[in-house]
Amino acid sequence: MRLTRRAAVAAVGVAALLTATACGADDGGGGSGAKTVEVFTWWADGGEKAGLDGLVSQFTTDCAGQTFQNGAVAGGAGANAKTVLASRLQQNLPPDTFQAHAGAELSDYILAGQVEDLSADYDTWGLKTAFPKGLIDNLTVEGKIYSVPANIHRANVVWTNKKVLANAGITKAPTDLAGFFADLDKVKAKGIAAPLAVGKDWTQLMLFESVLISDLGPDKFTGLWNGGTDWNDAGVTKAINDFKQLLTYTNTDRDALDWTDAEKLVMDGKAGYQLMGDWEAADLDAKKFADYDYFTFPGNGDTFQWLADSFVLPKGAKNVDGTKCWLKTVGSAAGQKAFNTKKGSIPARTDAAPADYPKYQQAAMADWKSFKQVPSCAHGSACSQGWQGAANSALGAFSTKQDVAGLQKALAAAAQQFVKK
Amino acid sequence: MRRLRHWGPGLLLLSPSLILLAVFVYGLIAWTTKVSVSDEHNALGSKGFAGLENYTNLFTNDINDRFVHSLKNLLIFTLVFLAGTMFFGLLWAFLLERGVRAEGFFRTVYLFPMAVSFIASGVVWRWLMNPNKGDNAGGLNAVLGGLRLDFLQSTWWTDPDWGMASMALPAIWQLSGYVMALFLAGFRGIPQELREAAAMDGASTYRLYRNVIFPQLTPVALSALIIVGHMSMKMFDLIMSVSGPQWLTEVPAIYVWQALLTSDYAKAAAISVVLLLLVAVVIVPYLIYTNRAEKTS
Repeated sequence: MRLTRRAAVAAVGVAALLTATACGADDGGGGSGAKTVEVFTWWADGGEKAGLDGLVSQFTTDCAGQTFQNGAVAGGAGANAKTVLASRLQQNLPPDTFQAHAGAELSDYILAGQVEDLSADYDTWGLKTAFPKGLIDNLTVEGKIYSVPANIHRANVVWTNKKVLANAGITKAPTDLAGFFADLDKVKAKGIAAPLAVGKDWTQLMLFESVLISDLGPDKFTGLWNGGTDWNDAGVTKAINDFKQLLTYTNTDRDALDWTDAEKLVMDGKAGYQLMGDWEAADLDAKKFADYDYFTFPGNGDTFQWLADSFVLPKGAKNVDGTKCWLKTVGSAAGQKAFNTKKGSIPARTDAAPADYPKYQQAAMADWKSFKQVPSCAHGSACSQGWQGAANSALGAFSTKQDVAGLQKALAAAAQQFVKK
Repeated sequence: MRRLRHWGPGLLLLSPSLILLAVFVYGLIAWTTKVSVSDEHNALGSKGFAGLENYTNLFTNDINDRFVHSLKNLLIFTLVFLAGTMFFGLLWAFLLERGVRAEGFFRTVYLFPMAVSFIASGVVWRWLMNPNKGDNAGGLNAVLGGLRLDFLQSTWWTDPDWGMASMALPAIWQLSGYVMALFLAGFRGIPQELREAAAMDGASTYRLYRNVIFPQLTPVALSALIIVGHMSMKMFDLIMSVSGPQWLTEVPAIYVWQALLTSDYAKAAAISVVLLLLVAVVIVPYLIYTNRAEKTS
């Protein structure tokens, strides 16, 4: 009798435990009907959120009957969102559209067949003429386009502290690397030990890419990322040596700093220069620092190194019509204006009215139309995420070891591993 | 039938946790091992079996010897972390055992850092270990500068050779109290009779500790080493919040995460398996040892 009671207790206990665990498995779908467009981004606050809100209000006007559903995942500069996205794609539960850097960073999704070809829609929406040809070329993968860029940022811009430069007697921007070195020496002579502010690995990669553009020219530079240029090229060796020399002008605690920390060095007058993407303009304005100026990285000439956030149509999206309407809004003149005036970037379209934008953006828009477009690896338009990770790691190692041959070998190995065959 | 009645209900009660363990621990270890011998290097999925190639590539064909570098970082970190926690843990436990006043207060003070998460303390230590020196110094370097101890200023974790030793400082700060608690329990577990007997035999205090008390603490020390050692090998959150993911301070756990972010599942799985084996090398002999010890006692 006692034994049976023990057995009964055990059976009840097990049953209770099993039901408790089974409760975890309900459907996570959330019942989005055919009229809802779930937009998956990592834009959760600041100027990015404001830009998204602008885009949403335009979407509500343009696409009557469709409802916007915010699927933003905050944090980690997109790293959190990307992991959530990866698991949703694996479970075949994609959002109706998601944010991704335009260009090569999409290649993983394209390879896996997770995003749809939008080339035909580009023709319908007239985007092939609205976007500059250089951008269309960079976006095209084996004759197909998979994403609609919402904005354009520029990577190869040097930001300066006017006061520091005036103290050193520098009146105009250098046009080549030799001139830049001379100016850096002048600032250094005024007692500023590290005139060029830089941060951890990816900011060093941005700086290095700018040097590569100067030493190789835009065409050979683009070739580095699509297999057209050999990384063992003598021009790359020269660029690494120039980059090594540039690092001697930078702060020694660079690996401990993020880009905003390096920006603060410029604002505080502890450095004169910083190379950073043009989101720095919006950031400096937001921090009420007016004493700044900017120029294209010396030797880059008429090269516009771009990066962009874009939206895609995932395979298996529940509401294809709604998503296409969202993508059309993203690419439209009104949508790009609504987004970019708030986010501090420029529209990818060349037909936007400059008067709607702040001062820096007006200049960038003019350059965007006439300059030569090249992609950026640090921001995913030139290389896949794996390649980007390998390049960041190689630059991080170079920051401590300063081994020129080692960096070239590492980058060549990375290219061999990741370049599209 | 009788035997089944004897152990059947117990097994039935244990079965939910056994099933959960089988699926979520051992099943997933098997799955990870399977991925680690596949060629799933991007979102495309696996095309086939790669054998041990992923493992040999990690050791011989990784760009810049990235994996070996991360192992070297982990080794330095673990050695300093273990030595530091054992030293401070034993020292504090010894002081408390000698009978200081307000023992309860000090015990709490020493144990408290363990309650803070590595992420939170990592953010603070990131400020404390600011690598700037001289006029720009911040954090600990500024304190040292203020004390006119400039020669002690350090680049902390940004030092290419010994940076990982600095990285172990926050970990030591956080877990020494825990080791102290273990040792204190060990001290308290030694019967009073042994001390009295030693005193009767005329042993000096040094002799008492050297020949009577410390030998009794060996099992505790071993437990502490195992617990702290396996935590050290899996270290991730502290390093993420002090330096972020970067070459200089990369350890295998962070490398796994980086490989996952770039959809290189096979590589991430291979590193995970190597890490699992490393931890197992430490844990398994310990489990065998305690198993034997329990049987004989």
